Amino acid sequence: MTAVKQLVKGLAEQHGRNEESLLPILQGIVSQEQHISEDAMVEVARELNISAAQVYGTATFYSFLHTKPLGKFVIRVCKTITCMMHGKNQIIKELETVLKINLGETTHDGKFTLLETNCLGQCHKGPAMLINDKPYTQLTPEKVREIIMMYRHEEVRAN
Amino acid sequence: MAEKINLKIDNIAVNIDEGSTILEAAQKINIRIPTLCYHEDLCVAGNCRVCMVEQVGSDRLIPSCAMPVSEGMEIMTNSLKVRSARKQVVELLVSEHRAECTRCYKNGKCELQDLSSEYIVGENGYIDLIPLKGYSIDNFSPSIIKDDSKCIRCQRCVRTCNELQNIGALSVAYKGEHMKISSFYEKPMYEVVCTNCGQCINRCPTGALTEKTYFDEVWSALNSEKKHVVVQTAPAVRIALGEALGMPVGEIVTGKLVAALRRLGFNSVLDTDFTADLTIIEEGNELLQRLKKVLVDGDTSVKLPLTTSCSPGWVKFIEHAFPEYLENVSTAKSPQQMFGALAKTFYAKKIGVEPENMVSISVMPCTAKKYEADRPEMRSSGYKDVDYVLTTRELALMIKQAGIDFSSLPDDEYDSIMGESSGAAVIFGATGGVMEAALRTAYEVVTGREVPFKNLNITAVRGMEDVKEATIKIENVLPEWSFLEGAELKTCVAHGLSNAKKVMEAVRDGKAEYHFIEIMACPGGCLGGGGQPIPTSLAIRKQRSKAIYEEDSLKPIRKSHENPEVIHIYEEFLKEPLGEKSHELLHTHYTKRNRY
Ligand code: SF4
Ligand code: SF4
Ligand code: SF4
Ligand code: FES
Ligand code: FES
Repeated sequence: MTAVKQLVKGLAEQHGRNEESLLPILQGIVSQEQHISEDAMVEVARELNISAAQVYGTATFYSFLHTKPLGKFVIRVCKTITCMMHGKNQIIKELETVLKINLGETTHDGKFTLLETNCLGQCHKGPAMLINDKPYTQLTPEKVREIIMMYRHEEVRAN
Repeated sequence: MAEKINLKIDNIAVNIDEGSTILEAAQKINIRIPTLCYHEDLCVAGNCRVCMVEQVGSDRLIPSCAMPVSEGMEIMTNSLKVRSARKQVVELLVSEHRAECTRCYKNGKCELQDLSSEYIVGENGYIDLIPLKGYSIDNFSPSIIKDDSKCIRCQRCVRTCNELQNIGALSVAYKGEHMKISSFYEKPMYEVVCTNCGQCINRCPTGALTEKTYFDEVWSALNSEKKHVVVQTAPAVRIALGEALGMPVGEIVTGKLVAALRRLGFNSVLDTDFTADLTIIEEGNELLQRLKKVLVDGDTSVKLPLTTSCSPGWVKFIEHAFPEYLENVSTAKSPQQMFGALAKTFYAKKIGVEPENMVSISVMPCTAKKYEADRPEMRSSGYKDVDYVLTTRELALMIKQAGIDFSSLPDDEYDSIMGESSGAAVIFGATGGVMEAALRTAYEVVTGREVPFKNLNITAVRGMEDVKEATIKIENVLPEWSFLEGAELKTCVAHGLSNAKKVMEAVRDGKAEYHFIEIMACPGGCLGGGGQPIPTSLAIRKQRSKAIYEEDSLKPIRKSHENPEVIHIYEEFLKEPLGEKSHELLHTHYTKRNRY
């Protein structure tokens, strides 16, 4: 049995095999593998006896469920209205310049992925973003540059 | 009995069953409320909002397709508020739509276009969002084109594929402005579980899902001096073509169909019904042979129940969903493919045409037949056995293009040979028809007597019930069939793939014991096929079914084995059912496919 098959089987045993188990299983895959691969989706469909397209539909609906491989650090900038009015577009522009990628892409070294997400519950301190699980608020372009620099330094030091 | 509810719509009193929707109440008094996501074959989605109406005394507009009636309700379907809301909804939909009607296959038959023409969308339109959107067009499949730029996301297709077919080839992916209708991983349709049944095409209100058309190729063949163009017509075309040419539903137009094909320039106008009769002989004998091998010889390599194989949507479905049951599927090709294989061999020789100069066309109620004709196995003649498959709709368009006034055409008759057919072949077009036809023949082969039903009508397998079962007791058999004396032949008939799935699960789980199962991928059988005139509904399918059984009852020959051309082709060419020639030309094999 492949690793993915094993993982999905284990998750299905843990969460059950009805339609309501779909979301927790997908979340489980993401927490293990960061993204849900095509093979993983096929396995989920097989375990739950639903169509693979339905799994794909659900996986693409939620912004926290990734269907593409992500970088080590996943940056999620809030795109909801309050943050938007607080200038999230400038934040994204700055991140794109610093990282030399477009929104939705991953850097060549596989370190950073830049995404948008829905409200993070930090509206009073917008614009806000997450890097992996860590929130950063009241962002400005300068602040964003510093944060990225900090991650880069840490990476260099770690190696 | 349901309680009755009284309400007023546009000041007209209506009395209707509790639980009905406002839309149904309006329909009852012939008030048309426009709809887009609503389809009577499907569950209510309530997502398009064009069916909004005003309830007197309330500020909010309500979706009439989803809202049940209540006592004393007063509804306005055409107030200023309703009209402006409706217009806005249509305008928004059009702004996200690649409206290029003049180049669109759905032009003139599009529900979105109809609505925009009623509301003259455009003066205060929203900005056109289409140039800003990345959309994709999937035209890689031999049978279906999926054009996301024309999709209004009403989800009729998703519901069709889930509810009627239980396949789930299509799903809603992403959300908000990025929401789209997607296959698994946005793969091309031909790579996924889609069976090509075309039921989603029949229900898509726009040009987002259409069949791949081949009429241009057919026109070129017809205009080529060197080519001998042979056409075959499926049973269900003759009872539905009229609908697409302005005639009432359920009109039998066999004679006009033949006349129109001659006028279009086809050199040989022949009938798939002929090979439907042949299918019955081959498949009926296969059933009897399998019964003998299992019951007498105890041969465990032979599988029962036997299932029919004439619906290519069903074949692709079982290849994906129950690959462990492929040995249960009859090896007999569908009538279309039997015809194609014979056309470029037996028939070509008969009329002295080189097979490479023959173009073999079929007119089908079906989109899956386009895919079937493209299968690599379907080249028994050494050439592509069926070159192009046209839907009933495409033929209707060709007839219009040729300027033929269809309804005034005089009746004409099929060419002979391969043009003669029995009533048993005609009913192939309805769910239960293949079963009935097979029983008419098999019972007689075994007992030497006609099936014991009044006028040969086996009513137990007719009708629109999801799954039908019939048990036929076989008595007083001829000596060579003595092992069947007193046997009860258990049969099952299902139409629509969600019903097919139920039946196959019952078989798999040992909950049902059948000998012979007929399955048609489309609701109602081929008469409700994915290539038939749009719209479709249960009432329309029932009308078409009535026409089919009427055509059967009018035929002088009602049993496949009595078709003189069938008798003749065995004498002259095939020699015997399941014989060597049959195996070469009339039988096939299947392929295991991925479940996804
Ligand atoms: S789908 Fe309808 S509205 Fe859109 S281009 Fe085609 S005909 Fe026009
Ligand atoms: S493809 Fe057609 S049926 Fe499906 S959502 Fe789009 S418009 Fe509706
Ligand atoms: S053609 Fe049939 S199987 Fe394919 S997507 Fe449409 S409804 Fe589903
Ligand atoms: S709007 Fe951005 S965190 Fe809520
Ligand atoms: S038809 Fe009622 S909401 Fe679409």
